[in-house]
Amino acid sequence: MSGTDAAKTTSTDRAGLPDGSVDRHFAAPVVVGRPTAAAGSYDESGTDVGPDAKDTGPAASVAPRSREPRDRRPLTRRRWFVVVGGALLPIALLLVWQLVSTNGLVPVSQLPSPEMVWLAAIDLAQRGLLGQYVAISTQRVLLGFATGAAIGLALGAVVGLSRLGDILLAPTLGAIRAVPSLAWVPLLILWFKIGEESKIILIAIGAFFPVYTIVAAALRHVDRQLLEAGRAFGRHGISLFATVQLPAVVPSVLSALRLALAQSWLFLVAAELIASSMGLGFLLVDSGNNGRIDRIFLAIILLAVLGKLTDAIIGLFERRAILRWA
Amino acid sequence: MTATSVTGRQPTVRSAARADATAAAPVAFRGVGRAFESAGAVRPVLRDLDLDVAAGEILAILGPSGCGKSTLLRIAGGLDRPTSGEVAIDGTPVAPYDRRTGVGFQEPRLLPWRTIAKNVALGLPRGTPRETARTQVARLLELVGLADFAGHRPREVSGGMAQRASLARALARNPGVLLLDEPFGALDALTRLKMQDLLLDVHAAEPTTVLLVTHDVDEALQLADRVILLGAEGDEPGAVIRQTVVVPGRRPRDRGSAELAELRGRLLDGLGIDRHGVARGVETTTTIPHYPY
Repeated sequence: MSGTDAAKTTSTDRAGLPDGSVDRHFAAPVVVGRPTAAAGSYDESGTDVGPDAKDTGPAASVAPRSREPRDRRPLTRRRWFVVVGGALLPIALLLVWQLVSTNGLVPVSQLPSPEMVWLAAIDLAQRGLLGQYVAISTQRVLLGFATGAAIGLALGAVVGLSRLGDILLAPTLGAIRAVPSLAWVPLLILWFKIGEESKIILIAIGAFFPVYTIVAAALRHVDRQLLEAGRAFGRHGISLFATVQLPAVVPSVLSALRLALAQSWLFLVAAELIASSMGLGFLLVDSGNNGRIDRIFLAIILLAVLGKLTDAIIGLFERRAILRWA
Repeated sequence: MTATSVTGRQPTVRSAARADATAAAPVAFRGVGRAFESAGAVRPVLRDLDLDVAAGEILAILGPSGCGKSTLLRIAGGLDRPTSGEVAIDGTPVAPYDRRTGVGFQEPRLLPWRTIAKNVALGLPRGTPRETARTQVARLLELVGLADFAGHRPREVSGGMAQRASLARALARNPGVLLLDEPFGALDALTRLKMQDLLLDVHAAEPTTVLLVTHDVDEALQLADRVILLGAEGDEPGAVIRQTVVVPGRRPRDRGSAELAELRGRLLDGLGIDRHGVARGVETTTTIPHYPY
């Protein structure tokens, strides 16, 4: 038995559960219902303390003769592999890009070298434009996302919880959702001119629908048995919502928000492509007009990075929520 | 067949004299009928049912699948309403989701995001002071043997433990009437026997009225003061009480006693089951076919 296994057994004994010295991937405590997430994903109660970093400390002291506690998780479950594995393809792409552009296989007017894109970034940063563009675009996304998601949560709750709300609102909202997003642009520009409002409203429309749809459906499909149990124990109305419905839909709400955020970036570019004087969408269209392909690449890369970054933040919350509420 | 009393003795209510926090309440069904409407057709499930359950009595409700056992229980708890007749607890009609009842469902139905202790606390009457709540929950967890698992989530405990937590939650209301809908049906045979003993311990500690729906004749005979057998009579749809059996002897009863074997035979007959297994005197766990194991 390796060091980590020894630590594992003590933690299991502490919880008074059956012997945990079986293979760790099957060593979950007596479990009913849905299969648990990855090994090592349990809570602080010590039922199944994961074989991660904090586990190796005591393990090493338990079995000092083993040079290094052997990590027996499959490769795909180890953090370093996840990080490195995710970075492999971008690095490979960068290398190929570098090779292709230095070999002159594709003219630089079609494909600038990575260095040219980097220099374009430095150039824009020195003029103070890069920071400004990124800031204004992020601000628009966040404002539009917050507005749309808030309204989506509210209307999703009304439609999902109340039969009457469903009857009154769902058909209309369904019809509005069917309107292609870009169809709103001329109207928004006429109503709100080419200011911040028109862009933020367009982004809000983009963020609204995923949240509304997912939240309404999730609330409608909360386990009826749990609802009945809640009612049987004296919960109704607001208290039933707080006790059963809300906690039951927290994971869905977070996936909805994640989807809405992705939509927000999409709609940002749509809004900025059409009418703007700054922002990443403006950088795209302006560089297109001026033939600055290096800046086009820069804008695309920035959108990828920003989108992935904001998504990762919500993803973090989502994972925690699933652990806590599912 | 009319409702027959096998022995003339009235059910002994062991707890009547005991002064306890739990005020066991009598339940009276008067002409209760329930029909369900599906696809335009009316399907009667219960028909004109009269039944009196004494305070502190354990009544087992037996019957074939789909005969309306659970419906009867749900009506008693105000989870469903009768189409005719009425049910009263302690002389007053049952309200929707009546507070005087505690329900133990067939499934544990624990909230997966709450710890066992917080799930049990859900059963407490609203507005219980925090300190009282904590001691109550601790006492109940002790009672059902889950004190060491207070901080665990439902998915981290076994099916038997979850069902015990569910029982503790039902008891947390200090119910006048405890309604148990096949509470041990989904458990393995051994765990089920243990849970039956636990229920008897709990009843001894908190002598409340218990209505227990079950598929299992042996379980009914082991636990109940009285067993009623529901089923359709003649060609008319809708279940009535076809037999009433007062179970002799004090609990805990000998699972192998000849007297119980005789009663078991009668009840199995009533359920329309061939008795060929009974003579062997084997402890049968699947008393009835179609049991969802």
